[in-house]
Amino acid sequence: MSYATQELFDVPGPKARRRSNIAGFITVAIVVLIVAFIVYQLYRSGQLDARKWQTFTFPMVQQEILRTTMSTMNAFIVGALLALGLGVLLLLGRLSPVRWVTVAFSWVTETFRAIPLLILMMLLYYGLPVIGATFVTPFVAVVGGLMIYNGSVFAEIFRAGIQSLPSGQSEAGYAIGLTRGQVLRVILAPQAIRNMLPTIISQLVVALKDTALGFMVTYPELLYLAKFYGTQFQYGSPIIPAAIVMGSIYIALCLLMSFIAVRVEKWSSSDSKRTKEIPQYE
Amino acid sequence: MQVLTDNLDLFVLGFTNTGIMFVISAVFALLLGSVIGILRISPSAPMRAVGTVYVNTLRNTPLALLMMFFALGYPKLGLPALDYFTLATVALVLYTASYVAEVFRSGVNSIDKGQTEAARAIGLSFGQVMWVVLLPQAFRNVVPPLMSVFIAALKNTTVASGFSVMQAGAISANMSERGENLLVTLLWVALFFFILVMGLAALQRKFERKWAQS
Repeated sequence: MSYATQELFDVPGPKARRRSNIAGFITVAIVVLIVAFIVYQLYRSGQLDARKWQTFTFPMVQQEILRTTMSTMNAFIVGALLALGLGVLLLLGRLSPVRWVTVAFSWVTETFRAIPLLILMMLLYYGLPVIGATFVTPFVAVVGGLMIYNGSVFAEIFRAGIQSLPSGQSEAGYAIGLTRGQVLRVILAPQAIRNMLPTIISQLVVALKDTALGFMVTYPELLYLAKFYGTQFQYGSPIIPAAIVMGSIYIALCLLMSFIAVRVEKWSSSDSKRTKEIPQYE
Repeated sequence: MQVLTDNLDLFVLGFTNTGIMFVISAVFALLLGSVIGILRISPSAPMRAVGTVYVNTLRNTPLALLMMFFALGYPKLGLPALDYFTLATVALVLYTASYVAEVFRSGVNSIDKGQTEAARAIGLSFGQVMWVVLLPQAFRNVVPPLMSVFIAALKNTTVASGFSVMQAGAISANMSERGENLLVTLLWVALFFFILVMGLAALQRKFERKWAQS
């Protein structure tokens, strides 16, 4: 992103270049020192010993890690799809022509957004069985929490996307005799979705990160597994190696999605430039 | 109501600790986040790289994983012992700082290019451009999104309950030991969070209105 900040400073002369080199050197030196200190401490406390990492060389364990990655993705995909659905539902409620429906739906959206996701999951997992809901498995709690929280966030994203469109768009739609639903479906949604796509994907990254909360409602995802292997005494309780292994998987998955988000952002912004040019031709 | 009044000690302790954790992490995340944010827009390429790597790594790491590193990993390193509360707070600070840094960066980038160009034309240095021209203007654009980051940080304090830290998210675990109704307990916790978040959101709207006209 360095190009975006280029106008903040002149092309450096010899003096400025020297100063900037010194500053850069000091920064790098500090970072290297911090990393070296951490690695040294890991080494000194025996966290880098082969014995601590041995667990992860067993095919059984590797298969288990793969399975757990799948169940993490499973919860994420189901939760994300349900959240998108709930988001559309909450959005439709908020756009309703009936005043009290709008008010009710905006309160529901605000409430869902204000409650921490972990509390939502615990409400589903520990709270609901109190009134006799027996269907609440850890999976239901994780997916339900992801759906409720992200659904309300998506509703807000969608609303912002639709409201950011020029009002002439919907007015023109009504003028040619389309109904409210048609205006929304045919005119507003296609434009809003493209504008909102980068935001939607970065919210999906948030949802993926939030599946990590599942271990607190005993859903077998990667952190749950890290904690499990990390407390296996016969392998020397390798909690740090376990956290590094599982953490790398999480970070790789999230980085991949963020990368897609950046690509889509570039694609959709270059696309909108193209559509901006079209009216000039006409 | 009885569930609340009978166990008021737990609720008060839980939300007090959440409040302390929130304030500490907000202050330190603000400090660390501004440093990282300035690194990300600095003229020196290595500094920018460090800032970018920090933000990209931390923003793609689940907070629970970060807390696990600190709460369960740190004690194994043989360094001076720290309690879980401190360790969890450090994790929250590092995590929130990456979001603060992004808010600052986009705040500075949102200022009209002509401002920087004019400042540079009259011979101000990078530091002066930042302090005298850009940051005072960016401050206004930055406050509302910064409040959203803080609201998220307040909610994120609950993640610490996975690591033996007594705060609002851990109230229900203690209540189940006392054999109380968990549904009612969690609904009370949710209600208090709702009130706190709505309070912060109202503050946010006030700032937005105050600076909207200019």
